[in-house]
Amino acid sequence: MEVTAYKTDMEFFVDMQRCIGCKACEMACAECETNGHESMIHVNYVERAVTIQTTVQVCMHCDNPVCARVCPADAISKDDFGVVHTANTARCIGCSNCVMACPFGVPIKEEKYDMMMKCNMCYDRTSAGKKPMCATVCPSQVLFYGTREEISRMRPNSTPVNTFLFGAEIVTTKVNIMMPKGSTHLRIH
Amino acid sequence: MHFSLNKKAALISFVATVVCVVISFYGSRKLQNFDPALIAYLFGTLFALFGGIYRYCVWLQRPPTWLYFKRTWQLVFNGRFFVHAWTLITDAIKNLLFQQFIYPRGKKRWIAHFMLASGCMAAFAITIPLTLGWINFTLDPSTALDPGMTKLYNANFFGFKVMSFQLGSALAFFIFHALTWCSWLVIAGAVIFLVRRLTNAGLIASQTFEGDLLPLILLIIISVTGLGLNFSYAFMKGIAYDFMSVTHAISVILFLVWIPFGKFFHIIQRPAQIGAHIYRREGEKKGMAVCPHTGKEFTSQLHVDDLKRVTRELGFDFTLEDGSSHLDYSPEGKRSLLAKAHLKARQENGKLFG
Repeated sequence: MEVTAYKTDMEFFVDMQRCIGCKACEMACAECETNGHESMIHVNYVERAVTIQTTVQVCMHCDNPVCARVCPADAISKDDFGVVHTANTARCIGCSNCVMACPFGVPIKEEKYDMMMKCNMCYDRTSAGKKPMCATVCPSQVLFYGTREEISRMRPNSTPVNTFLFGAEIVTTKVNIMMPKGSTHLRIH
Repeated sequence: MHFSLNKKAALISFVATVVCVVISFYGSRKLQNFDPALIAYLFGTLFALFGGIYRYCVWLQRPPTWLYFKRTWQLVFNGRFFVHAWTLITDAIKNLLFQQFIYPRGKKRWIAHFMLASGCMAAFAITIPLTLGWINFTLDPSTALDPGMTKLYNANFFGFKVMSFQLGSALAFFIFHALTWCSWLVIAGAVIFLVRRLTNAGLIASQTFEGDLLPLILLIIISVTGLGLNFSYAFMKGIAYDFMSVTHAISVILFLVWIPFGKFFHIIQRPAQIGAHIYRREGEKKGMAVCPHTGKEFTSQLHVDDLKRVTRELGFDFTLEDGSSHLDYSPEGKRSLLAKAHLKARQENGKLFG
């Protein structure tokens, strides 16, 4: 982890309305070496009874990660680049605190391993200057990994937002969601 | 790095260390059975005890850890004690002794971890009581003087004889070489893990030298020099014995001193997994939480309520305007709510894409 070619000018941009539910990202995610070939990305129907719309969720890599703070085993850590890493396998006790406390519903309790696993932004790739697997295969560009200049050229009418309001809690993240131009935050409730 | 002494933890660990010293003093029959050659190991062990308990106490004071610790014992002692005691024993055998949860992560990983853990735990069980003078071996006086008699050797615990065996017997060979068997187990397990860590791309990307590789290297050095001690007097006429004993002592003491700070602390943390199992099982019996979005059960209501309390203690407030909480929603519900909020923002703007 010490020697790295992580590109700090590259960021993750997500635009859920573009999700077509193809699940290419799920297949690609399973190629990630740091996941041990388990798919960690979430693709789910938003409200199956009334719409076929799907949504996709990667780890948002919070600035103050709730998952790490509620972990009783100190198993989750955030590195100098702001990447919140998956559970340390030696420490995780499989309690699911992180799974239930994450405001974005990201961590997964792998029952068979009695351990939590989550997206760590394909650290094997991003630490080598490459894009996360999901972002390389998404056909509708819900998931985009690149520079701010690139995304502003591609989406001139959108603004990347990384501030989310969950009731009284304001959560800021490393990953951005593309919102209507001029937006400063996304209120969930 | 900022360091502030945690007084409660320091007091508990100091008292525990003093108790251990007192037990060892009287257990070794006022140091009669204490082996002075092990004095450096003794200080290493006492430091590991002090540091291990200190860190454990600091760790327990974290709100989520304390909650789990408190809840586990509340559930254990709240009626049905024997059922929980049985669970504790069976879970301890499955998860601590056999590390069953590692098997699904990979058969080779489990074999390697089982060898490593068994070797380490057996070595702890042998060397710590020896170092503290709790165990010692003596030649049985009734057989010692008569040259014609088969010599009997006694193993004593706190000065009381617990077993005796014939010198030169298979049992004696097995007992005297117990640490040799441990060394082989540790070397085999550590080498498998080291190869894995040097070849697995995911591990290469996320591991650190001091956190993941150094512990394995240290264990290999300890085991190889330990074996070297045996080989030196058994096959090499004592050649390099001094080098082996000094290297072994240094590496073991480093290991002991490092237990509270590094990777080895997971040995002390692991029993918490059993607490998590009891918490989950008992929580499910008390009633499940139903996600307002998906309408499905997702975890126990106890878990949701506890998390609300812990997150508040940690400075987070997920309370919604209607008095409910964002934490009342399941992970799937939370993801869907985010998508719906995003859609609403796009709709209000008049364009679904941009």
